[in-house]
Amino acid sequence: MNTVGYAAIVLQVGAVVAGAPLLTGLMRQTRARLEGRAGAGVLQPWRDVRKLLRKEPITPVGTGPAFRWAPPVLVATSLVLAVLVPLVSTESPVRGRADLIVVVALLALGTVALALAGLDTGTAFGGMGASREMTIAALVEPTILMAVFALSIPAGSTNLPVIVAGAADEPARLTSPAGLLAIAALSVAVLAETGRLPVDNPSTHLELTMVHEAMVLEYAGPDLALVEFGAQLRLTVLLGLLASLFAPWGIATSASSLAAVLLALVLVVLKVAVLGTVLAAAEVFWAKLRLFRVPELLAGSFLLALLAVTASYFMGGEGGQ
Amino acid sequence: MRTVHDVHAAELPQRAEALLRDGHRLALIAAHHDADAVRLVHLFVSGPPDTRIELHVRLDPTRPEVPSLAHLSFPAGRFEREMRDLHGIVPLDHPQPRRLVRHFHWPRGWYPMHPDAGDPPAFGEQEGPYPFLAVTGDGVYEIPVGPVHAGLIEPGHFRFSVVGETILKLKARLWFVHKGIEKLFQGRSVAAGLPLAERISGDTAVGHALAYCLAVEEATGAAVPEQAQCARALLLELERLHNHVADLGMLCNDVGYGILNAHAQRVREQLLRLNSTVTGHRLLRGGVVPGGSALRTLPGPAQLDAVGDDIRDIVRLALGHSTVHDRFTGTAILRTEAARDIGCLGYVARASGLAQDARIAHPFTPHGQPGHVPVHAGGDVLARFLVRAEEIDASLTLIRELTDRVSTGAVLGPTAVPGEGPLSGVGLVEGWRGTIATRVELAADGTLKRVKPVDPSFFNWPALPVALNDTIVPDFPLTNKSFNLSYAGNDL
Repeated sequence: MNTVGYAAIVLQVGAVVAGAPLLTGLMRQTRARLEGRAGAGVLQPWRDVRKLLRKEPITPVGTGPAFRWAPPVLVATSLVLAVLVPLVSTESPVRGRADLIVVVALLALGTVALALAGLDTGTAFGGMGASREMTIAALVEPTILMAVFALSIPAGSTNLPVIVAGAADEPARLTSPAGLLAIAALSVAVLAETGRLPVDNPSTHLELTMVHEAMVLEYAGPDLALVEFGAQLRLTVLLGLLASLFAPWGIATSASSLAAVLLALVLVVLKVAVLGTVLAAAEVFWAKLRLFRVPELLAGSFLLALLAVTASYFMGGEGGQ
Repeated sequence: MRTVHDVHAAELPQRAEALLRDGHRLALIAAHHDADAVRLVHLFVSGPPDTRIELHVRLDPTRPEVPSLAHLSFPAGRFEREMRDLHGIVPLDHPQPRRLVRHFHWPRGWYPMHPDAGDPPAFGEQEGPYPFLAVTGDGVYEIPVGPVHAGLIEPGHFRFSVVGETILKLKARLWFVHKGIEKLFQGRSVAAGLPLAERISGDTAVGHALAYCLAVEEATGAAVPEQAQCARALLLELERLHNHVADLGMLCNDVGYGILNAHAQRVREQLLRLNSTVTGHRLLRGGVVPGGSALRTLPGPAQLDAVGDDIRDIVRLALGHSTVHDRFTGTAILRTEAARDIGCLGYVARASGLAQDARIAHPFTPHGQPGHVPVHAGGDVLARFLVRAEEIDASLTLIRELTDRVSTGAVLGPTAVPGEGPLSGVGLVEGWRGTIATRVELAADGTLKRVKPVDPSFFNWPALPVALNDTIVPDFPLTNKSFNLSYAGNDL
């Protein structure tokens, strides 16, 4: 079991690392094609990484450790997430540590590291972006907590592999009101957490409207490559988490055979690719909300998450316990 | 049609006040360094009926001082500051005795439009400090943006004083692109002045070229065939079309609705290619020439219908999208009184309830008048979007009517007899941004002595900070695009 379990982790992390830039490339390509443009190709984010890694590192005068350490911290937290989140197998050797609270805390750690880096630059844009990001994060992190918490009630544990394994055994949990509400809440939270429309516009050049991009304006070269890679990792992991929580079919639950793990890997890659394509296609039809409307949207998603928790308490008896 | 009054400097304010009270607006102030005096020309216009009144003031060249009109008219105050910076003419008792046009590093005492200016000197000791007004208070911070921006746009420095996300004050410091165009005109032949006029603001090639040609034709006494005037009106509408379409798309892009921008730019590209067949240049250069017009082909009605349908679709989809509509509505309201006081022109004025249009007020051909001038009173981004969307329809109708009245090839009037004309002339044209005013004076040998073009951006720029009061920072790019003012046309 152990070798297969470790193999599952290695495969999962490898797929996330290799696939994260490809997912971004796929989403940009989808958007380009839907808008009638040729697009730069799915491989473009990897080419960007190569280009940025070749450049010399530049640090703005007057910046301190917060600015220097934010890119590695962001990537490190994202990589730890990629290890912990059950994408391929629920029977991995680290399953005991893949707790919901840990996952949300790691997300928050990456966000805060970037926000501090934005403040550290001392520029108006860095501070502005950090302030906006924190406003959004303060609403998003509790929503993610609540939504997954609603799913954890029928499973009786906040351990993600247990939740996923339970949902894979009993799909009825997902179609319950609590499950559907949690899906809706978590989807909105993931959009906000990863800086997608309608919360943030990842493709804008207008510095005054940026949220995520405003914080990282001062990064260049390898540091910028890390920051972009970190953001891509987070998007991939979060979409993967969505897929595992709400469409867990195919995930390896016993982890006895390598074949099951490989099948699960192929399936999760497909699921994330489909999710990403659907998100990119939906974004074509969305516009960016006025900044002061974003809290309304996020408060709405928090409310959905809260309802999901309430619903799973009241309907817990039918849920399968 | 144009009347000239010589007035004494002391009586200028009363005369100006009487003209402004009678409903005239100040179209331009141009300074001339004559042999024996410094002469200021204040051009007041109103219409319909088309009225142009010039007040000429002669000043002592050793001490050029003139009583300021800034307390009567806000644009007058801006022209006076421009005049002081470029010519060294001092407006007395000006309420804002600060520089406007002067670049930070021009040496003290150097005035580029003064006859003794010579070649541009090296950057020197700057003319005193010019601090930004610091807004203080709890939680107020400043965001400096530009003059180099993230996108491919012209240079301008914007200093936001912000609390939270709300703009308390915006200072736009432009004037990074002084090219010395007025100086470059001097001494050129009329024909050589045309390419310069077409490049005053690249997106307004027809508007500026036409204003220049109308002024030159008045100065030389040249007659232009009606057919050529119609061709010019046609080109003017084609220019309006491609600029309006591009901006409608970019407004959608600025709220993150990229697909409509993709389609608007597709339509714009079709129009640019059409332009290329009409005049041989994608931005319609070469179609308007002194004395007439030169068209290669005429736009086909079927193509225009297709473009019109596409644009109507884009507008319908934009306004039907609830988020887009919400972002436009109530954003950066420019109130009617503010627009009137500032002297706004073009779609900015028409979106704030002021029905101003030089095609109606100062027609150069009876056939170039739109049947309907769209006016909205909202003053917000939505109103500016709607005005421009409706102007596209009006332009398309006008183009269809005008196509029947024009023919291809060079249509030129009889060559003007040298020395026949009054040697000065004024052109007023409703370019796509608003009314362009160009005043030309010719030397006795027929070369250009002084050309003063005024882009509507010069009038409209001060309205942007006013509209942005109490708007939130992330709405600035959207607002800026809804005004879409020219930096190049503003800073000659």
